[in-house]
Amino acid sequence: MPPFAFLVRTPRETRMTTRLLHNRTFHGFMFSAPLLALFGAFVIYPMAFGVYYALDRDSYRALFEDPIFLQTVWNTVWYVGVAVNLKLFLALLLSGILDYPYRWIRILSALFLIPWAVPALPGILSFRWMLNSQWGIFNHLLTKFGLASVPWLAQHDTALGAIITFHIWKYLPFWTIIFLAGRRAIPSELYEAAAIDGAQPLQNFRYVTFPLLRNLYLICTLLSMVFTLGDFTVPWLLAGGAPGDSTHVLATLAYRYTFHMGRLEWGMATFAVALPVTLFFIFLLLRWVKI
Amino acid sequence: MSASGQQRKRFLVQAGLSILAVLILAWTLFPVYYMVLLSLTPTNDLFRPGLYIDNPTLKSYIYTMGQDNPFVRYFWQQLGTSLIVAIWTMASVMLIASLGSFAMARIHFRFRRFVSGLTLFTYIIPASFLSIPFFKMMADYDLLDTKLALVLAMVTFASPYALWVLSDYARTLPPEIEEAGAIDGAGAITTFLYLYLPLILPPLIAIGTYAFLYAWNEYLYALLLLTGEHNIPIPVAMGNFLTTDNAPWNLLMAVSTVYAIPPVILYYCFKRYLVSGLVSGAVAGT
Repeated sequence: MPPFAFLVRTPRETRMTTRLLHNRTFHGFMFSAPLLALFGAFVIYPMAFGVYYALDRDSYRALFEDPIFLQTVWNTVWYVGVAVNLKLFLALLLSGILDYPYRWIRILSALFLIPWAVPALPGILSFRWMLNSQWGIFNHLLTKFGLASVPWLAQHDTALGAIITFHIWKYLPFWTIIFLAGRRAIPSELYEAAAIDGAQPLQNFRYVTFPLLRNLYLICTLLSMVFTLGDFTVPWLLAGGAPGDSTHVLATLAYRYTFHMGRLEWGMATFAVALPVTLFFIFLLLRWVKI
Repeated sequence: MSASGQQRKRFLVQAGLSILAVLILAWTLFPVYYMVLLSLTPTNDLFRPGLYIDNPTLKSYIYTMGQDNPFVRYFWQQLGTSLIVAIWTMASVMLIASLGSFAMARIHFRFRRFVSGLTLFTYIIPASFLSIPFFKMMADYDLLDTKLALVLAMVTFASPYALWVLSDYARTLPPEIEEAGAIDGAGAITTFLYLYLPLILPPLIAIGTYAFLYAWNEYLYALLLLTGEHNIPIPVAMGNFLTTDNAPWNLLMAVSTVYAIPPVILYYCFKRYLVSGLVSGAVAGT
């Protein structure tokens, strides 16, 4: 056997390599077949199905004549706009606090994660009982200090406020951890350079932290907005549309149309109204997030 | 700056942080504290709100465990339903994600970008948007009130994130895996089973946990697809408490606490894998 023979491909090996190359497409599809089947059957098909149902123009006429629907669109805009942006702004500030290198801060950040680890339902139920107008702890404390009790979940503004507050309580930890990871990925040389230039904490944030976190912040905002746009559990279990169907969001109203009123096509149309905005957000995200 | 000045500044920062920490902790822990407090409240004291209770009792837990109240008559069965759905979801997601991540991360085939785009799309589109067509579809196939329907929904919506995290990890593995396999004359399936799978085992377990928790925490699809007291999982049963005016809140909170314990343990164990994922690219790219 000549030396270095192992570097020379035998005919059999060459054949195998080319066969492997030619089979790449086949293998790719073979290994992604389960997920393609899954997404085809349970995402693409229901979506086409929903759009087909939502093509009926009469349902949109009915929706836009329904004052509850218009109220719902406003509620959704408030919910998504206020809850998400307030939450992410707070998360950005809090991630700065949790970034301090003291040991007790680490214990604090572990405890801070509890709302994220507890499933949504127990948290919602706890909020609901705390806000109960007769036996809730908040009204108990208010009356103790001589203030008037508030029917928290029985009037539109405070009920929507409660929904927003719960959303922030539950999801603030998650996004704070994301921003914390973002802050930790910033090279410390940049802060050292800033310190040599005599930068104060605020200038550090203005000229180093913020420019480097901006992309992450925008992606998180878009992502969180899309997720929140479809939220059902929090508004449904906290207020259930009450009082008088004034605190619905799109998902809960679609549920009411479909299952309480038997209007499947209205339910589909409710989601279809939000679809263009959603697809636009997804389009932006797909361009920013590396595939 | 003088040494004492710096010391004073450090002290001020610490003091400010401590005040903030107390506020953050109060905001974070109070609802959870109140849940546990209520679960320990005797029924007679339920309508006397306060920040603490004088005579805590475990009666609510005993009633729940013994199914000794009409509201918790099917407690163990409902917990079992939650568990079965979560375990099937976990197993299916692990299977689909390990196969899919091999294709997405290790095979440079022609339509790869299409597959990963579809995955990302499914991750982002809100699951509730598809709930009504999905419900209709399951009704057409006569699958309503079966655990299979709920498992299918959960697998569909838990898979994208799992795939994302796994293929992110698999891309960091050295290219020698396929080369070693090819030299030994191993086909793609052998390479996958004997070389690829052992290497991705740690994130695969974490991803299984994620899928388990996703199914365990789900409310909307469980509400739509399963009905009947003996057939529903725990969260739906808890939601149904609210439809009556005289719901026993201490019992409800005892169920809540039991239901919340497994996720809390798992979240803390697998924290690292459950927060990175989709934005990890954005984090690294900053």
